Amino acid sequence: MKRVKTLTGKKTYAGSMCKGGCGECQTSCQSACKTSCTVGNQTCENHK
Amino acid sequence: MVHQYKNNGYNIVMDVCSGAVHVVDDVTYDVIALFSEKSPDEIRRLLPYEDQEIEEALEEVISLKEEGLLFSEDIYEEYIEEVKNRKTVVKALCLHIAHDCNLACRYCFAGEGEYKGDRSLMSPEVGRAALDFLVQNSGSRHNLEVDFFGGEPTMNFDVVREIVRYGRSLEDKYDKHFRFTLTTNGILLDDEIMDFANREMDNVVLSIDGRKEVNDYMRPTKNGRSSYDIIMPKFIRFAESRQQERYYVRGTFTRRNLDFSRDVLHLADAGFKQISMEPVVSSPEEPYSIREEDLPVIFEEYDRLAAEMVSRSREGRWFNFFHFMIDLTGGPCVAKRLSGCGSGTEYLAVTPWGDLYPCHQFVGEKDYLLGDVYKGIERAEICDAFRSCNVYTKKKCRDCFARFYCSGGCAANSYKFHGTIDDTCDLSCEMERKRVECAIMIKAALAQEGEDE
Repeated sequence: MKRVKTLTGKKTYAGSMCKGGCGECQTSCQSACKTSCTVGNQTCENHK
Repeated sequence: MVHQYKNNGYNIVMDVCSGAVHVVDDVTYDVIALFSEKSPDEIRRLLPYEDQEIEEALEEVISLKEEGLLFSEDIYEEYIEEVKNRKTVVKALCLHIAHDCNLACRYCFAGEGEYKGDRSLMSPEVGRAALDFLVQNSGSRHNLEVDFFGGEPTMNFDVVREIVRYGRSLEDKYDKHFRFTLTTNGILLDDEIMDFANREMDNVVLSIDGRKEVNDYMRPTKNGRSSYDIIMPKFIRFAESRQQERYYVRGTFTRRNLDFSRDVLHLADAGFKQISMEPVVSSPEEPYSIREEDLPVIFEEYDRLAAEMVSRSREGRWFNFFHFMIDLTGGPCVAKRLSGCGSGTEYLAVTPWGDLYPCHQFVGEKDYLLGDVYKGIERAEICDAFRSCNVYTKKKCRDCFARFYCSGGCAANSYKFHGTIDDTCDLSCEMERKRVECAIMIKAALAQEGEDE
């Protein structure tokens, strides 16, 4: 595209519905946030 | 739902429900703003661009829409109910190794480590029972997380060593892997503890608030002296000994240092590469609490920090800021994004005497006492309340563009400000939205840099 650059590629959240929710990922508070909730930065264990 | 904004010279468009993030030119930015409400003819008439430019932009917008990457719908409400109804297992514990502390931080949510109770240290027996409880309640989950927390856990470090030893002895037998984290204020940190942590801890969180005067005002020693002078040299050495990975220096900013970007940069200038700095969460009557009127200044600070991080990255002086971390291509599944941090279900806190609470911030709130590590969960209805809590049960989240990044916010913050876990803390939400915007801008800038090279 000439006028748009998509940073996320073709992947969408909907695509994660079939395999999602396995729960192997880290819990948010085990890292550096102890007083907020930040999940958008977490890595999917199945994606490693 | 589409959210669009301009930051640091970038036009950014978030398609909230697909997760797609676009960087667009001015024409397309303006076309997208009108696209849902206006016809193509009206858009051509309203915008001050050449017809050909508008045609090209319209073509690209329509193409993105057809691919499900723009103006997509929220289709997850029924799905998340299904996910929530699945049986959950416990996969992480926050062990309160010591309800005691050797600092006297003014903003401590733990009341100088005591959590509304008496000073107390966890025994090895309680620690081992906690790991047994975790293994027994973790189903087939392989990776288990255990955070050594306090108070100050190094005040009871022999028990930390024993719990780690015991955990390792369980791994082969039960096909588990423990990921340990140590959170410390650094006062008692020595070479022996660092060596042990470098062998055994997946992560260490080192508490420091930034500049000496900022840190020492909020984090004095018990006798009112500087903690900065004691901890800073040790933290620098500790971070280096971990090759600048698998750790965070973690600070808290308050109304007293709204210029907190200086504290983050102070830590970066000292050589730290992994930095976290969170807004204080405290009751509104405290003089250091953040107020709504502070938000414009805080937003400017986040913008300043984000722009500086882009500049430093270009100069080869990169550092990581935890609250601007965002994974746009390999982040968590939508189930995780919408269902929260796992407090009260997958993640529990354990007091020094073995009581279980939904998370470390609920410890001492008797209404949230779940059971103990010996008898297990005795008040499942509390866990059910946490399990059923998600972005669709919170009115304020429904129209928020950041809901797929914060998953509805922190239950403890909601409880502190509204007396219920089914609400959100408005100030926290405002700051979270700003951080998401800045984080995406950084990605846009670094992506452009890659192209320019």
